[in-house]
Amino acid sequence: MRWRRVKAILVKESLQIVRDPRSLVIALLIPLLQMFLLGYGISLDVKQIPLCAYDREGSQASQELVQRFAASPYFSLQGQAANYAEVGRNLDNGRCRLAIVIPADFSRTLNDAGQGVVQALLDATDTNTASLAAGYASAVVAGYSSAVQLKSIERHGGSVQTLTPVEVRARVWFNEDLVSRNFIIPGVVALVMAIVGAQLSSLTIAREWERGTMELLISTPVKPMELMLGKLLPYFIVGMIDACICLALAVFWFQVPFRGTLPAMAFTTGLFLTVVLCIGYYVSVSIRSQVGASQVALLLTMLPTTLLSGFSFPIDQMPPAVQTVTYVVSGRYYVTILKGLFLKGAPWTELLLPILCLTLYALVMILLAARAFRKTLD
Amino acid sequence: MLQRIYHLLLKEFLQLRRDKSARLRLLVPPILQMLLFGYAATFEVFNVATVIFDQDQTQESRALVADFVHSSRFKLVAPASDRRAVQDAVESSTAQVGIVVPEGFSELLRKGQTAPLQVLVDGTNSNTALIALGYVGQISGSYGQRYALDLAQRTGRTLGRPMVNVQLRERYWYNPNLNSRWFFIPGLIGTLTLITIVNLTAFAIVREREVGTLEQILVTPIQPIEFIIGKTLPFFLIGLFEVAIVAVFGMLWFEVPFKGNPLVLMLGTSLFLLSTLAIGLLISTVCKTQQQAFSSNFFVLNPMFILSGFSFPISSMPDALQWLTYLDPLRYFLVIIRATYLKGVGLDVLWPQMAALAALSLSLFAVAVLRLHKSLD
Repeated sequence: MRWRRVKAILVKESLQIVRDPRSLVIALLIPLLQMFLLGYGISLDVKQIPLCAYDREGSQASQELVQRFAASPYFSLQGQAANYAEVGRNLDNGRCRLAIVIPADFSRTLNDAGQGVVQALLDATDTNTASLAAGYASAVVAGYSSAVQLKSIERHGGSVQTLTPVEVRARVWFNEDLVSRNFIIPGVVALVMAIVGAQLSSLTIAREWERGTMELLISTPVKPMELMLGKLLPYFIVGMIDACICLALAVFWFQVPFRGTLPAMAFTTGLFLTVVLCIGYYVSVSIRSQVGASQVALLLTMLPTTLLSGFSFPIDQMPPAVQTVTYVVSGRYYVTILKGLFLKGAPWTELLLPILCLTLYALVMILLAARAFRKTLD
Repeated sequence: MLQRIYHLLLKEFLQLRRDKSARLRLLVPPILQMLLFGYAATFEVFNVATVIFDQDQTQESRALVADFVHSSRFKLVAPASDRRAVQDAVESSTAQVGIVVPEGFSELLRKGQTAPLQVLVDGTNSNTALIALGYVGQISGSYGQRYALDLAQRTGRTLGRPMVNVQLRERYWYNPNLNSRWFFIPGLIGTLTLITIVNLTAFAIVREREVGTLEQILVTPIQPIEFIIGKTLPFFLIGLFEVAIVAVFGMLWFEVPFKGNPLVLMLGTSLFLLSTLAIGLLISTVCKTQQQAFSSNFFVLNPMFILSGFSFPISSMPDALQWLTYLDPLRYFLVIIRATYLKGVGLDVLWPQMAALAALSLSLFAVAVLRLHKSLD
């Protein structure tokens, strides 16, 4: 391998990047767009769930419960329904996501038998919001239940030591306030790197074919490995600039805690970028049209990084077969590392396994990509 | 006129038939995405990796631990013999939840006082953590209630005053088992047609322009409006075909129910396809090369996807973004799809979405045709 030849390709490719400012601007705009859109657009924190109440009793006790729902920051009371059909309509047209139905004999059974049952009807078309809403609703009802119990005991002249026999004292580590942004943003960094890397490199070889400069390139003494290095190094630098933009936005704009070290971040980002650049390059060699190559490369990097990396959907909740598939997704290792670096401040030793896997992945991809290019015209 | 449109139509289909890789790109991504979303995208929380350290070692504490172990929500992954082991397990991500039943737990319970249960949660995935914490609360809460009731009966303290308790019974409408697939698969109809049709339309025209065949077409007697119809009609048909594939695959493979009226969905789909065609045409008027078209598509489609509410609730977005979502045709279409699929409602409920989608589609299409008309003359 001759450095002189690598340099020649490198200079040519860099000139091409510089003289096509539109593509360069796009490569630098993608991280900004993605970080802002996903940073603000993706939030699983549910608050102000629209709620309607159907109070069939209309007593003081039942209205007290309705007021408790109205006062909760997780719900916003849209109104009280007058009949069952109205409840159904409200859920059907999406005006409310949750309906509380209080039976007509609510306070009577509560006084006589000590048991009151309240019905919650949830719009479960959005399953995640529905299960979170159910959790918040049962907390509201539990609070009400305790208050009623306390009153009843005091009325009977008793005193009480506790209303909550078992109290959960929870401590949350790594993302203390359970802000979903803190868990999404590190994953977005991986997603941006996947998109940018694949976008940039998938065009390099296909472009030579489409413009008819391939014959020229083949007639030069350049070796496949040299060609690949020269072609990918400029994009590697562009990708690393993108990574810096992402990191700066994450830490300074979105205030996601970064507890790891910068060298670890730079090293692992370099590894992941190498993997996606090589995938893009490989596709570019195999598919000789620019549009086809960038579509396939995007599909190969962006889709798995979105769905199979654990970026937004937890891997351990997937079926075993799909879990096995995630091991061949490079994003999986990178997302693990990023979450470790951002939120946990995990030491090197703890991330050794994913880093090793990613390194191995990068080496294999370099070899595959370098071998894919053959100096023939057919 | 019809004859000229027919010939252009024929040409587009011939082109598609001869381009094997383009045909594959039409079929493979939808099926791949559907499989991925069907199997990998889930918000459900089961079998959370858990470690429990029972420091109390009494009948009471063991009963509580058994409640956790026997629930489908938690799975014991490793034994823990001290607090340190629990912390280590959470720190190293072996477990996502660590529970410590402290010494003296049962003593407090027997005295009728509040017994603390210490829980350590890995909050890295805030959503799972939140849901898991909810389950911890439910299990320990119901254990506590049962215990208190039992204690009161045994000691006879309830004489004269009943225990009072209010329960919440949840019923999940439209998706009783909270199956995430029912949420994602119908939504895919919208996102997949959006991506495919915008791409196809934009590239079809930009390619003609780049290769230089656009001029050849323009010197034929064809009128601009005939050209536009001939160029968009095939993609409209392909869009319908794509919707049919996803719908059939989703129903047969993933068993997503369809409760509504197919005609309502059909109407929504046609309106939505009109706006995807318009967006594709608009992109084609500002791009000279296929490469430019590709990146423009990305910049237009990606925000549309994220702002549509496909996987993340619009109501949780900041106000400024929520306003932007009103400009996103996919937003309305997703409401229409999910409502016809799961809720089974008709036009009487969906007319506001239909009207908004129609207004948006027609104005987009009008602008697109005007711009294209100009660029063709």
